[in-house]
Amino acid sequence: MHWTINGQRYEAEPDIRTTLLDLAREHLGLTGSKKGCDHGQCGSCTMLVNGRRINSCLSLAVMHQDDEITTIEGLGQPDNLHPMQAAFVSHDGYQCGYCTPGQICSAVGMLDEVKKGFPSWVSDDLSSPSLNDQEIGERMSGNLCRCAAYPNIVDAIAEVAGLSEDQRQTSQKVSG
Amino acid sequence: MKPFSYAKADSPEAAIREVNTEHTRFIAGGTNLLDLMKLQVETPDKLVDISRLPLDEIEEREDGGLTIGALVPNSDLAADRRIIERYETLSRALLAGASGQLRNKASTGGNLLQRTRCYYFYDTASPCNKREPGTGCSAFGGLNRILAVIGTSEHCIATHPSDMAVAMRALDATIITLKRDGDKRRISIHDFYCLPGDTPHIENVLEPGELITHIELPAPVEGARQFYRKVRDRASYAFALVSIAGVVKVEDGRISHAALAFGGLAHMPWRNPDVEAALVGKAPTRDAFEAAADALLDGARGFGDNDFKIPLARRTLLATLRDVTGE
Ligand SMILES: Cc1cc2nc3c(=O)[nH]c(=O)nc-3n(C[C@H](O)[C@H](O)[C@H](O)COP(=O)(O)OP(=O)(O)OC[C@H]3O[C@@H](n4cnc5c(N)ncnc54)[C@H](O)[C@@H]3O)c2cc1C
Ligand code: SF4
Ligand code: FES
Ligand code: FES
Repeated sequence: MHWTINGQRYEAEPDIRTTLLDLAREHLGLTGSKKGCDHGQCGSCTMLVNGRRINSCLSLAVMHQDDEITTIEGLGQPDNLHPMQAAFVSHDGYQCGYCTPGQICSAVGMLDEVKKGFPSWVSDDLSSPSLNDQEIGERMSGNLCRCAAYPNIVDAIAEVAGLSEDQRQTSQKVSG
Repeated sequence: MKPFSYAKADSPEAAIREVNTEHTRFIAGGTNLLDLMKLQVETPDKLVDISRLPLDEIEEREDGGLTIGALVPNSDLAADRRIIERYETLSRALLAGASGQLRNKASTGGNLLQRTRCYYFYDTASPCNKREPGTGCSAFGGLNRILAVIGTSEHCIATHPSDMAVAMRALDATIITLKRDGDKRRISIHDFYCLPGDTPHIENVLEPGELITHIELPAPVEGARQFYRKVRDRASYAFALVSIAGVVKVEDGRISHAALAFGGLAHMPWRNPDVEAALVGKAPTRDAFEAAADALLDGARGFGDNDFKIPLARRTLLATLRDVTGE
């Protein structure tokens, strides 16, 4: 079997049951993606597949051989950080750091969704959603942080999204 | 996880041809199936990968409705302009479900077929008639806070957990399938799901190896308001305790159209014509709303932990109807 991860081609013959997460961590030495729950409930395994964020723990490796996969290692490296990684560092968007690779991959995928016009549950007008703190919270709800670094995570994402203090605070009625 | 063999299908016809073992299952997003396979609640001996079938389009229908491919991801369906404009209840129901990551992967067909979140169904050490017919139901006298209060049986009180399917039911969707013999079939969503009865392991009318290819939505009701209301334990990323999808129209001070479907209450997304009959032709008053709630909850029964769902469903219905009729 073969994969394209972070622009690099890999070959391996793991058991057919191997998830994308276990492939990366156990077979390819890409240990940045973390296993929190292994059941889609925490988001720490988030990767970008063809630019879309997904839970790699609920994905079979065999089903993603023809996709472009990006893990935290592919977003940036210590000497060349992705803007989202840099913002997490400068805002202290973590404590233990276990959820962080998933948070960062998810945030990058999330901002791309906003660009494409994807609405969220808290968007008043589904046809033209705009980002604010409440939207960031809702859109990032698939990433849990056991250390509850949430306020700083939201700060980091808001900075990368270029939101002003006013934009961040615009609140909407919550529908339901 | 039990070992399985794997085949990838590139057409619906190839997919049904690959169904050739005792326990072949299709896999789309895999977000429910793999979860259950890891726990050995599901133990297929073969997976047919349908994730790349060319069934990922949303197409216009002549009657003003839409045909949705079974592989359209939940995120894309929720964000589609036509869905937002004509079927807001569906878009909102999808956005109420799961997380951004999961919605990117979850498919329209897979969402309809997701299985219950009953804790005992997930726990292979507990008896469960749905997982292993005839072993008993651990939810009676157990942790049943999230389970059903309507349409239950002595064999199972599980709920269907989907938000999307509730909206599909309010919208009178039709499910289009390809059977193993190559025949196509159209199934109204109203005839698609089964009550638990004494066969809770049978959840819908699909035959083994039958592939969902499309879901059709009829033209929307002009001038009606659409909504999805979800009550849950957390503000986000939690299954519904009670939810309501609806299409309601008020003309000249009277309710002229009402289609209401309920999640979190039953083994299937629930719809009861008596609820709608209690509203249509009436002025949108508290009395009419109470009559609708009476019809909905006639015969409802709690099992201890989930008793609260009966008053919760009533209040949610009253509040929602008050909001959407502007009364
Ligand atoms: C943590 C978590 C939280 C969640 N929260 C919510 C929530 O709040 N609300 C909600 O509604 N859902 C929620 N979900 C469930 C999620 O919506 C479903 O897992 C998803 O919709 C299933 O789609 P899939 O394509 O991944 O299905 P799969 O897992 O691929 O398949 C599910 C089943 O459908 C069958 N199948 C799939 N496609 C077809 C087809 N075309 N024809 C015939 N059979 C088919 C498969 O064989 C399998 O049995 C949650 C899931 C998780 C893990
Ligand atoms: S309620 Fe249904 S799914 Fe839950 S334990 Fe009983 S039989 Fe199993
Ligand atoms: S490890 Fe994948 S969601 Fe928790
Ligand atoms: S930083 Fe510790 S779990 Fe998020």
